[in-house]
Amino acid sequence: MKAKRLPFCLTPLLCAGAIGVAPAFAQVDFTGEWAPFYHEDGVERGPGAELGDYTELPINDAARMRADSFDADRISVEEEYQCRPHSPDYGFRSLGNVRIWREIDPETQQVVAFHTHTLAWDSERTIYLDGRPHPPDYAAHTWQGFSTGVWNGDALVVTTTHLKENYLRRNALPRSDRAIVTEHWIRHGDILTIVTITEDPVFLEEPLVRSTNWYLDPGQHIGIFGCEYAPEVPKPEGTVPNFLPGQNPFLHEFANYYGLPFEATRGGKETLYPEYQEKLKDYKPPAKCERYCRCLGIYECNVNSK
Amino acid sequence: MQRQLQVVIALAVFAVCGFAQPTGEIGVLKVQGNVYMLVGAGGNIAAQVGADGILVADTGTEAMAPQVAAALKKLSSKPIAWVIDTNIDSDHTGGNAALPKLVGGGAPGARPRIVAYENVLNRMSAPPTGNLPQAPDALWPNDEYAMASKDFSFNGEAIIVHHVPAAHTDGDSMVHFRRSDVLVVGDVFTPGRYPVIDVARGGSIQGEIDAVNEILRITVPLKYQEAGTYVIPGHGRLCDEADVVEFRDMVTIVRDRVRNLKSKGMTLDQVKAARPTRDYDTEYDAKEGDAFVEAVYKTLDGNK
Ligand SMILES: [Zn+2]
Repeated sequence: MKAKRLPFCLTPLLCAGAIGVAPAFAQVDFTGEWAPFYHEDGVERGPGAELGDYTELPINDAARMRADSFDADRISVEEEYQCRPHSPDYGFRSLGNVRIWREIDPETQQVVAFHTHTLAWDSERTIYLDGRPHPPDYAAHTWQGFSTGVWNGDALVVTTTHLKENYLRRNALPRSDRAIVTEHWIRHGDILTIVTITEDPVFLEEPLVRSTNWYLDPGQHIGIFGCEYAPEVPKPEGTVPNFLPGQNPFLHEFANYYGLPFEATRGGKETLYPEYQEKLKDYKPPAKCERYCRCLGIYECNVNSK
Repeated sequence: MQRQLQVVIALAVFAVCGFAQPTGEIGVLKVQGNVYMLVGAGGNIAAQVGADGILVADTGTEAMAPQVAAALKKLSSKPIAWVIDTNIDSDHTGGNAALPKLVGGGAPGARPRIVAYENVLNRMSAPPTGNLPQAPDALWPNDEYAMASKDFSFNGEAIIVHHVPAAHTDGDSMVHFRRSDVLVVGDVFTPGRYPVIDVARGGSIQGEIDAVNEILRITVPLKYQEAGTYVIPGHGRLCDEADVVEFRDMVTIVRDRVRNLKSKGMTLDQVKAARPTRDYDTEYDAKEGDAFVEAVYKTLDGNK
């Protein structure tokens, strides 16, 4: 359908168009200080995920066995783990206070990039909107990956490649360096929602979809994270703490803490869907909560709260 | 390696290391400082360029030498003065003769210095045995070393060549460009692929583990486990310390598992059937898992 002609300069927008400015189709500005809502997965995002908690994740057998073999001593014994950052598909959801600002090309007044800074590991990211290609497959991978964005109406669709191996969950469930992460950035007033879709041929049975919410918090001041690694545990060089298959004594802890059937804690796509409840017909929830009973925000998320 | 040996011997003068053979274009990536990474000629090639000329660590396959030469000429108009071979495989040494000739400029017949650990020369120059023909002498190293390391200066930069014993083979070297802060490590580190431990040519699991730990001793991250010292692997993408840590953990954990199974008296076939690499196969190529387990089993704790 042909647009109806409006009288010349009826609106400021059309006046702007008349003097040669590119048509201002919706380009939402995400600039600002954003504070996360911790209304879901508070234990995981604050104190940290319980060992053996693989719930809600469509992991495959390889991911499950990697986490089963993990000995938490690894993060202190191997100093290279001490300052290992979180990638955006995990870091935006953990200590996810984030500052976003945009970069505008002075010649065209078009947004050519968004930049982000997150609290955890002082991580900084650039999301290029200037149409540049992703690097070749032999280029280095980084914790934050290489991100490009395109607009889909008011939403920004961000594609990230070249990620280093990182976490699906920081109880050692891995996400591989071959993953491709797609984010949909959606702003409704002072609320920002990012829907993250992780596709990982190495560790996932199907794409992992998570949404995370922030509120605009102009007074937020993100401090310095800082991290210095140091050898602290005497050990033979090259020590890699791990449990041999079948020998991890901690895997049932999570199921026991919460009175869950063990198999329901093991993750996998089947466990994500309502039909799985049919398999748990005999399950009886515990009479009362014993652990992390109040966990509305990370600061009041206490293991002993009743 | 061993697993492909019969096939490969029929095709080549000496074996390549089990990775896909090159076909197309050469990718060139500036790493940092004076060092570039060239991808697509068999094994990765590192080139250090400057006023003194070109140094290459590895030379790719002979067939890809024209494409590699064309890529190098875009980086420098000077000849190749130094070659360092990180191992004996023909996808790392195949261009030892052809490539310097194409990126020449020296007197006719002049050869660059070709540095390698002495076992590379010993094996290349050994009389033919069985199915193994002798390598053409044009490919032989002419500046071999026999100690733990060798160093020299080129393009105003310290170059340190380290021997890592009994890892992929018994002739492996790593090359540290000290000012550029780039480490070229050959086939002891291959992100996304299990290491090829060439038992017939002196490779072993403990040497392999020692070699990746040696990489970690040299690398220093810039900040938060990223960048700083870059690592050019024998095959695969450009890496840094954090990527080597994932790989080191994998080879160490698989070693621990195989050792445990073997200590219970299990045969090689029983160990393979227990699939001790099953959580790594989706990342490191399932087709190669058995061969890796076999090499670990056969060379565990000094066994041959
Ligand atoms: Zn190779």
